[in-house]
Amino acid sequence: MTVLRALWHKPTGIFGMVVLLGLVLASVVSWMWTPFDPTATDPDHAWLLPFANGHLLGTDRLGHDQFSQLLAGSRETLLTAILAMLIAGVVGILLALAATVTPRWIGATVVQLIDILIAFPVLLLAMILAAVYGGSTTTAVVAIGIGFGVNVARVARGEINAVRGTDYVLAAQACGASTGRIVRRHLLPNIAPTLIVQLSLTMALAVLAEAALTYLGYGTSPNTPSWGGMLAEQQAYLAARPLLVIWPGLAVVVTVLGLNLLGDALREATDPRLRDVS
Amino acid sequence: MTLLEITDLTVRIGGKTVVDGVSFALEAGERLGMIGESGSGKSLTALAAIGLLPEEATVTGSVRLHGRELLGLPDRALAKIRGEQLAMVFQEPMTALNPLMRIGKQLAEPLRLHRGLSRGAARARAIELADKVGLPDPDRIVRGFPHQLSGGQRQRVGIAIALACEPAVLIADEPTTALDVTVQAEILALLRDLVDEQGASLLFITHDLAVLSSVVSGLVVLADGKLVERTDIAALAHGRHDPHTAELLRAARAAAFPTPGDPDAGS
Repeated sequence: MTVLRALWHKPTGIFGMVVLLGLVLASVVSWMWTPFDPTATDPDHAWLLPFANGHLLGTDRLGHDQFSQLLAGSRETLLTAILAMLIAGVVGILLALAATVTPRWIGATVVQLIDILIAFPVLLLAMILAAVYGGSTTTAVVAIGIGFGVNVARVARGEINAVRGTDYVLAAQACGASTGRIVRRHLLPNIAPTLIVQLSLTMALAVLAEAALTYLGYGTSPNTPSWGGMLAEQQAYLAARPLLVIWPGLAVVVTVLGLNLLGDALREATDPRLRDVS
Repeated sequence: MTLLEITDLTVRIGGKTVVDGVSFALEAGERLGMIGESGSGKSLTALAAIGLLPEEATVTGSVRLHGRELLGLPDRALAKIRGEQLAMVFQEPMTALNPLMRIGKQLAEPLRLHRGLSRGAARARAIELADKVGLPDPDRIVRGFPHQLSGGQRQRVGIAIALACEPAVLIADEPTTALDVTVQAEILALLRDLVDEQGASLLFITHDLAVLSSVVSGLVVLADGKLVERTDIAALAHGRHDPHTAELLRAARAAAFPTPGDPDAGS
């Protein structure tokens, strides 16, 4: 609770929370209601400017209402962000534990594996997966989750090693606690603040990566409204109708910025060295 | 009866021999001091006895508890012995408790591990333990977190955790070094009384001769990883000892009673 309160006292924290809440709200609302059917084509009302005929942000070449598409697209964004973060968290924690609390030769091998995987670009991994299994939101989410999970693993490994060297872990061992118990009761709770920060930053990266993959045609199918898909669709008409590209672009930028700032604010709120003494 | 028997214990870390052929025995009910300057291998001897040396250390020799060899025992078997028959109190009370766990939970941990106590029974026992080690307002303190306690109070918690399962042997690794002098005396008295009451044996590690005489009877002296002398407090008082022990004694006296002309005088 103190962390939430600390977030509300920082402009970056407020901005990040508002963006996250806005994203959640947009997804929930779009699920039940959008001003127009986001996938319905309407050739009679193509190329409309903002506010024409009740189309808040105008329409594109096929008469898709842009505001409805943005709202509906937020679902893909939120879904990717959350699922990719969860996968990254699980992959990251498991790899970090495998690198630290196991016998030394296993640990050393896992550390090498992490280093190799980190050198591998996430987008490339996603494209390879898409080439093998076909492009879809699922492929993109899995690839993004695993790709960024390795980064989480590297950070978590350092944190676990630091906690493992503390006297209270030694004391717990001297009490007869098993490795599993030490992981559950001492290691994970004590690295949680760092992990939460890392995962909120992973959400920002996941949003960006999903938009990029969909734009390139390796992610969400063009039939499902998504911000990356809108960008891909409208970029051909950039010169004639720049606004159509600006809306989804702005949505991606604001979301990524918001989640990044939320991560930064969380870091400051959870780091006792940066927290004001109260 | 010999409880803990350490024979020819040798510890090597990174090609360097840090404990070199140390042998001594701890009798049932005995309070034995282990003294030596920093880096003489005291703490590593203790960690080797309880099987918690860093992974890169190689250890040879023998550590027997109740005649049972502990060196080379699998971790699972060692975990059953640690906290139950062989427990340890650490030097730094400020870092020896998990900052995120309530005091009561940490007190109850060894009981939950070794005695299989239910949550409720363990909580009740935690309050008793807190009371036994002289923590004020135990009902309230078990619900608190380590940062709400002073150093002396935290060391009391550490002692309560170590003695929760009434182990046969307690190893105390400089338990008072990090505390101020008045608190030191209280903790030493508490440690002595509780060890007596439970009939446990105590291996008390320190580099401070002044605190020893009030706690222990026997004494082993370590220097450069080797055991130089096994003696007792009475013999020390009569001036029969090894040159290394004499050196430690002289330093202790110099620190306690600084004289203007003495170049080794502490301030």
